[in-house]
Amino acid sequence: MSDWVASTPAPAPALRPRLNPVPVALFALLALAPVFAALSGAEGYVLSLLTRVMIFGIAALSLDLILGYGALVSFGHAAFLGIGAYAVGILASHGIEDALIQVPVALLASAAFALVTGAISLRTKGVYFIMITLAFGQMLFFLATSLAAYGGDDGLTLPARSTLAGFALLRSDRALYAATLLALLGVYALCTAVVNSRFGRVLRGAKENAVRMEAIGFHPFGYQLVAYALSGMIAGLAGCLLANQAEFVSPAFMTWQRSGELIFMVILGGLASLHGAILGAAAFLLLEEFLPEILHTAAFLASDDVRARLAENWKMVFGPLLILVVLFVRGGIMGLLGQRHHG
Amino acid sequence: MTTTLLLVQALNGLQFGLILFLIAAGLTLVFGVMDFINLAHGVQYMVGAYLVAAFASWTGSFGTALLLALPAALAFGLLLEVLVFRHLYDRDHLDQVLATFGIILFLNQGVKFVWGAAPLNVPVPEVLSGSVEIADGLLYPVYRLAIIAAGLGVAALLYGLVSHTRIGMLVRAGATNAPMVSALGVNIRRLFMVVFGFGAMLAGFAGAMVAPILSVEPGMGDNILILAFVVIVIGGIGSVRGAFLAAILVGLVDTVGRSFAPNLLRLVLDPAAASQSGRALAPMMIYILMAAILFFRPSGLFPVKR
Amino acid sequence: MNHITKTLGLAGLIGLAATGAQAQEKLKIGLLLTLSGPSAVLGQQARDGFQLAMKDLGGKLGGREAEVIVVDDELKPDVAVTKVKGLLERDKVDFVVGPIFSNVAVAVHKPIVDSNTFYISTNAGPSNLAGKSCNPYFFATSYQNDQNHEVLGKVAQDRGYKKVYLLAPNYQAGKDALAGFKRHYKGEVVEESYVPLNNLDFQSELAKIASMKPDAIFTFMPGGMGVNLVKQYRAAGLADRIPFLSAFTVDESTLPAQQDAAIGMFGGSNWAPNLDTPENKKFVAAYEAAYNAVPGSYSMHAYDAALLIDSALKATGGKMDDKNAVRAALAKANFKSLRGDFKFGQNGFPVQDFYLVKAAKRADGKFQTEIAEKVFDDYADAYGKECAATN
Repeated sequence: MSDWVASTPAPAPALRPRLNPVPVALFALLALAPVFAALSGAEGYVLSLLTRVMIFGIAALSLDLILGYGALVSFGHAAFLGIGAYAVGILASHGIEDALIQVPVALLASAAFALVTGAISLRTKGVYFIMITLAFGQMLFFLATSLAAYGGDDGLTLPARSTLAGFALLRSDRALYAATLLALLGVYALCTAVVNSRFGRVLRGAKENAVRMEAIGFHPFGYQLVAYALSGMIAGLAGCLLANQAEFVSPAFMTWQRSGELIFMVILGGLASLHGAILGAAAFLLLEEFLPEILHTAAFLASDDVRARLAENWKMVFGPLLILVVLFVRGGIMGLLGQRHHG
Repeated sequence: MTTTLLLVQALNGLQFGLILFLIAAGLTLVFGVMDFINLAHGVQYMVGAYLVAAFASWTGSFGTALLLALPAALAFGLLLEVLVFRHLYDRDHLDQVLATFGIILFLNQGVKFVWGAAPLNVPVPEVLSGSVEIADGLLYPVYRLAIIAAGLGVAALLYGLVSHTRIGMLVRAGATNAPMVSALGVNIRRLFMVVFGFGAMLAGFAGAMVAPILSVEPGMGDNILILAFVVIVIGGIGSVRGAFLAAILVGLVDTVGRSFAPNLLRLVLDPAAASQSGRALAPMMIYILMAAILFFRPSGLFPVKR
Repeated sequence: MNHITKTLGLAGLIGLAATGAQAQEKLKIGLLLTLSGPSAVLGQQARDGFQLAMKDLGGKLGGREAEVIVVDDELKPDVAVTKVKGLLERDKVDFVVGPIFSNVAVAVHKPIVDSNTFYISTNAGPSNLAGKSCNPYFFATSYQNDQNHEVLGKVAQDRGYKKVYLLAPNYQAGKDALAGFKRHYKGEVVEESYVPLNNLDFQSELAKIASMKPDAIFTFMPGGMGVNLVKQYRAAGLADRIPFLSAFTVDESTLPAQQDAAIGMFGGSNWAPNLDTPENKKFVAAYEAAYNAVPGSYSMHAYDAALLIDSALKATGGKMDDKNAVRAALAKANFKSLRGDFKFGQNGFPVQDFYLVKAAKRADGKFQTEIAEKVFDDYADAYGKECAATN
């Protein structure tokens, strides 16, 4: 196979750090959102929706780290969401409800799973890598559905959200929102540091030309494996948050369709830009949530029946929309914002 | 009972494998020759099934419906090629993934819009209904034998086409080095279109053939798409022979494994534990198979040299 | 929000009934159903059943103008949780009605009851909601999930079948189904066969069945799986030799695709379209006229849910302020259910009759299930005693 992602030179790190307006605006909006939510009259709903957006933003960010910068297309990334969520769910069902235990367990489990499956998967390239990661994701999915003690296919409800050092800090939707925003900021900062470090440059170098990297004395395998494990851990963290947001854990978190959606979020946002992945997640989830209503409103001249049918069949609009984005906007949403780094 | 049962299960595995092959053949060619990743291949299978259902209820005959559905599936594939795919050949794989996913969303909802969410019924053709007794008390439906025959027939036809005709030679050459074929003066675009249309028709044919035994419903192509990818990856992308063997392998492992895994585990575990772990293991089997094969042969069983 | 708002009720303007129709705000009902993906047909049946009831009630519930907000849970539990929060907080619904699937029901249970909103299930009846996690805000107009399976277990036992082959998809509901069957069946189970969820081809299991020659098979194969199984069972020539007992496998959602292949196969249900009550006859005729399909139990439960809400609000004079009064009125179930006898047990699940039903072709060429015999009279589920709630 030729290069999976046709050689797209990743952005050269700017010599002097320059403030990029997109992430600044993005985080400012997210920070101000609770005010808007409080005014909207449906605070819990708006916060819960945006918390979900940020959680999937974290997961998409973790995928962008290996996909955008390492050309490693993991088609089993939802498995890490599942690991994080089940770590919270299973520990909580045994009475261990503190995030200070749950999160480290989730991160360790994610790292262990990533190291084992990554070591095997990284022997392959291109679409073979995609499919072998899918295979591991599916194995974990079927394992979760067979956990009868933890609800099997039906999943299990959390008795309550995680506590933090013994305090019920996350009980309110606002607190969970704040915690998720902090996690997103932290993960974003970490990933930015990673991709701009020497480690990140080796990772990108391996994506451009693995043979040349070998020739100058780097062994991409180790770098890729570490990146894969790091990415898995970040997605595992997103899984912990998802379990707390939904207050529910289920194998449905780790279907292959969900892994696919994560990939689509990253591509939709624009590869290798980190905040692009967050935008992609936001666009994907918000369209899923609001497109039916947008269609319903847009067709205000039509009869009620037509409007209802239009709203019900929103995917017939969403699908072509994705095609149009690919055909006419190179580089996803980041391309649309004129921030295309490659092409 | 075990030997006859094993035989019947092997027959079932073969039949399932051949259906997988019909879908995987087109997928592996499109991928191998054009370096194009087509997630919408599964919905082409679904469209084939819906077309045959629509034509069957219109004409009242499965045979006529099948004859009408094949060119219709071909035309539909070519329409998609002109509208969407040809604009994506020089894009990177991820763009192709996103755009073809859009097609999946559209068509899954589209068939629901046109034919409703409820599954459709396609009756088994009269001449092929009924079953034959292949062993004491074990009846095997004639229609499934017909699927096996049709699958083997198409496989033979494909083999002849790919290894003994000029277009087959170009396809093989294209799978190895498409730019070179183009440089030698072959109209690569037209070759792409032929391969693409042919692949779509094969998938549509598979959908049409299973319509009388499986439920025709929106989204029926999604899971089969994943299995088809498993098949082409095990077989080695671009290799029709690999796809054939891998499809049979996946069909057999899935069918025979599902039916005998608990029995085999019972040899080493107590019955309750065996049935419990057999149940957990059965659906993972083909994925374990794929992971194991890729572990030892990272480019599949029959990697196309390039 | 997936807002498919249907404002019914203009018709009601004419007859401002005496039942306390004041200048109140509209009553809001959130209908949470699976409307996309392969199982969409079940959600559509429930939606249409509810909308039909709204039409029959003149767009009013308990004399109050009502607005129905339909949302699609996409059969994703976490998506459903967010959508339910939208219903509760943005739309401020008074009742959440739905869903179809148990995993969605379990996921949305907590946010709904925590917000002190009434939650009326029109299909899903997972055992923990009937038992340990029962809640005074939860009612089901359907059944507890095990009960339809218990019907077949009882039938197999009563008919003296010695050997039965069990077949279910490999997930929680499948395991529960077989457990439910075995609650009353005491004979030999020759094999418990689990197939992967969304399995398409049953030839491998059918070969086993043919070689084992059991007295009957029992299966739970909802949706497209059931369509495939029934057609393949018939094609393998087993239908005339080994009785086919099933739950959620031959019903009005799958019969349009199974057609002749299903005739004579058995199911368990709390109702069938041919149940002989005047209300039911009217309902079936009206449903078929409006939606060009034979209604299944999914529609019936949803229709009854609307009647239930209507009856409770009539009792409270259209007021929702006193939740205890609303609850007491709901618990009385003071409405004429399409299925005849109906009352609630103390866990909010129905106490009702169950029947053995049989798939048949009607004179007009359509297919439906028909009642073969009554199996249980005023039957309550097995989990109610675990329910500690006092309602």
